[in-house]
Amino acid sequence: MRDNVKGVVRQVGLPRIIIGGFFLLLLFTASGFGMDLMQIVSDIIRRWGMYGVLALAMVPAVQCGIGLNFGISMGIVGGLLGGLIVIEWKIAEMPSLVAIHPLFAMWVAILIAIVIGVVLSTGIGWLYGLLLNRVKGSEMTVTTYVGFSIIAFMNIAWTVLPFKSGELIFPNAGEGLRNTISLASSYSGVMNNTFKFSIKLPFGAIEIPTGLLLFFFLMCLLVWLFMRSKTGAAMSAAGANPMFAQASGINVNRMRLIGTTLSTVIAAVGILVYAQGFGFMQLYNGPMMMGFTSVAAVLIGGASATRAKISHVLIGTFLYQGIMALGLPVINLFIPEGNLSEVMRLIISNGIIIYALAQTGGESRD
Amino acid sequence: MDPTRYILKMENIVKEYSGNRVLKGVNLSVHPGEIHALMGENGAGKSTLMNILFGMPVIHGTGGFEGSIEVDGQKVTIDTPLKAMELGIGMVHQEFMLIPGFTVTENIKVGREISHPTLLSRLAGRSMELLDFDMMARDARKALKTIGLKVDENSLVKGMPVGYMQFIEIAREIDKTGIQLLVFDEPTAVLTESEAARLLDAMRTIASQGIAIIFITHRLDEVMEVADSMTILRDGEFVARKEIAGSSVVEIAELMIGRKVEKLVDDTLEDNRIIKEDDLAVRLRNFQVAMPGEAVKGVDLEIRKGEIFGIGGLAGQGKLGIPNGIMGLYPAEGEVQIFGETLNLKRLGEALNHRVAFVSEDRRGVGLLLEESIEQNIVFSAMQVNNKFLKKYGWFRLYDAKQAHDWSEEMVKRLDIRCTGIKQAAGRLSGGNQQKVCLARALTLGPDVLFVSEPTRGIDIGAKKLVLEYLVKLNREEGMTVIIVSSELVELRSISDRIAIISDGKLACILKPDDSDAEYGLAMSGAYKKKGGGEHA
Repeated sequence: MRDNVKGVVRQVGLPRIIIGGFFLLLLFTASGFGMDLMQIVSDIIRRWGMYGVLALAMVPAVQCGIGLNFGISMGIVGGLLGGLIVIEWKIAEMPSLVAIHPLFAMWVAILIAIVIGVVLSTGIGWLYGLLLNRVKGSEMTVTTYVGFSIIAFMNIAWTVLPFKSGELIFPNAGEGLRNTISLASSYSGVMNNTFKFSIKLPFGAIEIPTGLLLFFFLMCLLVWLFMRSKTGAAMSAAGANPMFAQASGINVNRMRLIGTTLSTVIAAVGILVYAQGFGFMQLYNGPMMMGFTSVAAVLIGGASATRAKISHVLIGTFLYQGIMALGLPVINLFIPEGNLSEVMRLIISNGIIIYALAQTGGESRD
Repeated sequence: MDPTRYILKMENIVKEYSGNRVLKGVNLSVHPGEIHALMGENGAGKSTLMNILFGMPVIHGTGGFEGSIEVDGQKVTIDTPLKAMELGIGMVHQEFMLIPGFTVTENIKVGREISHPTLLSRLAGRSMELLDFDMMARDARKALKTIGLKVDENSLVKGMPVGYMQFIEIAREIDKTGIQLLVFDEPTAVLTESEAARLLDAMRTIASQGIAIIFITHRLDEVMEVADSMTILRDGEFVARKEIAGSSVVEIAELMIGRKVEKLVDDTLEDNRIIKEDDLAVRLRNFQVAMPGEAVKGVDLEIRKGEIFGIGGLAGQGKLGIPNGIMGLYPAEGEVQIFGETLNLKRLGEALNHRVAFVSEDRRGVGLLLEESIEQNIVFSAMQVNNKFLKKYGWFRLYDAKQAHDWSEEMVKRLDIRCTGIKQAAGRLSGGNQQKVCLARALTLGPDVLFVSEPTRGIDIGAKKLVLEYLVKLNREEGMTVIIVSSELVELRSISDRIAIISDGKLACILKPDDSDAEYGLAMSGAYKKKGGGEHA
């Protein structure tokens, strides 16, 4: 019996059991206080899809051996640029596209934004990968600071980039891009609203953002397929045991480049998925901590600094976002004053990162 | 030298590591002022014996040992390294334990500084005393002079030639007051020839002052030159204690190797191979590999198609560097030809593309993905190199799970890999089964030439036999050229057609399996060069 319990604990992982238990506890508390549980569940599902792709960016990074990629802001910046360009060109408002269907125009807009984001982040990711190949053994420290640095650099860039659209720049003949850019006229909620439906239950309704979830699952499927390709397998081997990979004739540095680039590209897509669900794009310091949120999510899901799977992304993002969505209203019940949700978020995400890093013990991979 | 007095007498030493007897009643006795060589192959028990002498925690943490130790006629118990130091036993380490940023004097006197009291030290204790650099420098000079090293005692150790560092280590040991016995652990292994010669001189000087020396080495020529007597160990057993005067090199070499009767492989397979001398599978010309600890320094070798070729030699002599260099795991230079085609050593995976496969000696480090399944481990290389186990979907090629599954099942059956199923993580298997997984992966590549490095290291006798027999079977039935690199001579001699002995990064000679033990002993101890080192088989 005792061995059985131990076996289960080992299989599921202690952090997942604790977080899962905490999640259930919050759920009970919330229902006990008579909150609209169904609305909260809808919120969790929506957040799951919104943040999922960003967390997915961790998979190629961890598998190729650079560890947890705290620097996904590199890709996020690329994605944001794509999003900005699409608004500047007013693609979602092009009459010929709107004539077919307004939602269709929005889809064209976001897909073009994704394509631009992917192209830009491929270049950025490649350079980023070259850098990481020079700092083997301390990638995670480096990614953290590279992530911060690109944000600082873009803080300058956002003020001088030659965007003209009134929706983007500060109003009243101001210069530079706004802090928060509304997507209402471009692609706000395009994925969330596609095939959206509600499950009506006697005590409320759960909203299912079908388009968002489908897109999220499609991305997961693509990454999963890539991991099963020859290159994907080679990349995982290069990450797990560089000497082994080399003995099989694999160029380890090249695999790390591919993994880093892929991670950056997925992050670019991820931020656009996030932005359309949120309805706004946040520039400047907005994406600063996105890396930490994503890292914490996959870690809760059961990933480590050396191994991450799609299932870790799915489970982890759900649990992490579940606690975020539930935690705020529940905690506000107990301590009404002040904004505790941000404090909660910091405690949970940083706490889980510390736990996971302590578990892996920071051993060198070379 | 007083032949009736012993500075050290270890008698009937028995040591077990978890039921495995590594020392089986070994004696070691040394007179004062004598240079006594301690010889034996790798794993003969030399290090364990020295660990006992120094009271290392590894001995006492694993249940201690049996037998008695006498120092200068007094029975002693040495249970900590400190105790050994108090008894005047010192060691010159193989890896230098020097602090690069310190001067020569500081390195010699570290831990035993000379100091004089100050006002502060009267209040705060000895740690506040001032160092007396003049006195320390004088001591250092004296110690350096004894061993004949001319170096400024105030210069930094950093950047000094390796030979100097070795001498400074020795100086530190003999500076210790009351030193009676010094152990030199393979001191010449890292030295150039002229440095080694100087070291031997220094040893003589030290011995002439009445300090006894235990000299651990593989090099027979050095023993003949400098030692007075020797003890030979083999597989943890005491073989003989001999005076050097009156014994011949050949006799000693024979004692070191010893005839081992066990036959590892039942040779029931028919041998209808036709091996031609000019039909070469592998040809090396001036082959050099920069593998740390196993450097190859220019080897010429010709391996014929269809033979089982053994590569032997002691640890650290470079035999492992040869396959690792060919496979591109370490930077290599020179010419490598596989079936007449020259490899581009700069290109990764070049050997693999010429149908050469390799089973690494470092199973856990290089050979396996420990967290991945047996299946993944078996099919991985073939998937990467030969595009096997991939199914085409348009322009995309995906892992073919069914094919991989079937093949892995078959390999598990064929090689008798004991596991809970092919999805089990390779890291969970026993050493022998891990080795079989490595072998299965290499065979999945469908190689014409197979390099197997230390195939039986750390695996039990049953698995050992199976692995070796399987190699013979591959050779006889499929005509695969098998090159087996091993430290175990018995294993090489039981299956190889010819055996190359590598010594000091170079080819010492090529021997037949039934050549005499003395020849093997001489080749492995680097004494062969003196005899001309001619080609044999």
